[in-house]
Amino acid sequence: MLSALAMRAPVGQKLPEAVSRSNDIGSKIGINGFGSFELFGYRFWITSTHIALLILVIAISVLAILANRVIRKSDPYGKPGICMVIIETIVTFIDNTTMSNMGDEHGGKFRNYIGTLLLFIFISNISGVFGLRPPTADYGVTFGLAMITFVLIHYNGFKYQKIKHVTGLFDPIPLTPINIIGEISTPISMSLRLFGNVLCGTVIMGLLYNLLPQFLLILWPGAFHVYFDLFSGAIQAYVFTMLTMVFISKAYNGD
Amino acid sequence: MDGIFNKEFVQGCSALGAGIAMIAGLGPGIGQGIAAGQGAAAVGRNPGARGTVMGTMILGQAIAETTGLYSLIVAILLIFVNPWA
Repeated sequence: MLSALAMRAPVGQKLPEAVSRSNDIGSKIGINGFGSFELFGYRFWITSTHIALLILVIAISVLAILANRVIRKSDPYGKPGICMVIIETIVTFIDNTTMSNMGDEHGGKFRNYIGTLLLFIFISNISGVFGLRPPTADYGVTFGLAMITFVLIHYNGFKYQKIKHVTGLFDPIPLTPINIIGEISTPISMSLRLFGNVLCGTVIMGLLYNLLPQFLLILWPGAFHVYFDLFSGAIQAYVFTMLTMVFISKAYNGD
Repeated sequence: MDGIFNKEFVQGCSALGAGIAMIAGLGPGIGQGIAAGQGAAAVGRNPGARGTVMGTMILGQAIAETTGLYSLIVAILLIFVNPWA
């Protein structure tokens, strides 16, 4: 059985006795290892997350190149084609969301990052539809994303508020520990929210496909895919980017 | 003592604990329901502000969901990555 979190029991390895006696559903909904290598005395595993991430990065790059070709070939004075309309809708949505949440002054600087984040998380979350294990159901990926936000929050805080960013922590002196815990818990709660939602969908779909007999699984699991992969994935991608925008704008506005 | 604290006993208690942990799903359910009800009331009073109300409601609901997800993570840890079993 393979775990859901960082402790991984790879495929080839002999499993602990108590674990192998329980059901093997864990290996179907957990992270699988495909191979390992030694580096600097540590053992690194190539897992299903890495492979899914590689596939997604290639897919997003191909989509971006295709979008670039469509934009270059489109006639600015003519009637836009259907692909051009879709691209314009996405870009306008990202621009409007960023500008209205981060202000017109600073919003323009962040829209590239916010757009990348939104597209990456959305495509990661819906990749369960295509048979991949969503990379965002691995805590390493979501924690990395949340740490980028954490660094951006404090970089912008120091850049725009200077020393006030530190003294704000001691604003009411007795509440200092609570303020510090609040700052530290921001990336943890953001990453756990995204991870928990996507993992919940993955676990429920895994239980559905592995516990029920095969002849019952006709058509109606599609409804579960629509809810857990498409709807929940879109909502969580929106929420993660929205919280990123709110926290960063809170940092440079000084509350 | 050896007969009681064996692995089967610990695994069974972990499964019970995972079930009990998911009682925390009550809280986010109530909170999200209240948020959705207030959102519907707000849209009813001011239909023009539908987009803003919807965004705020979804953001609040997603944050209210966090405590439920913590219990989910605890339950999954107890079943799949149990350190004692």
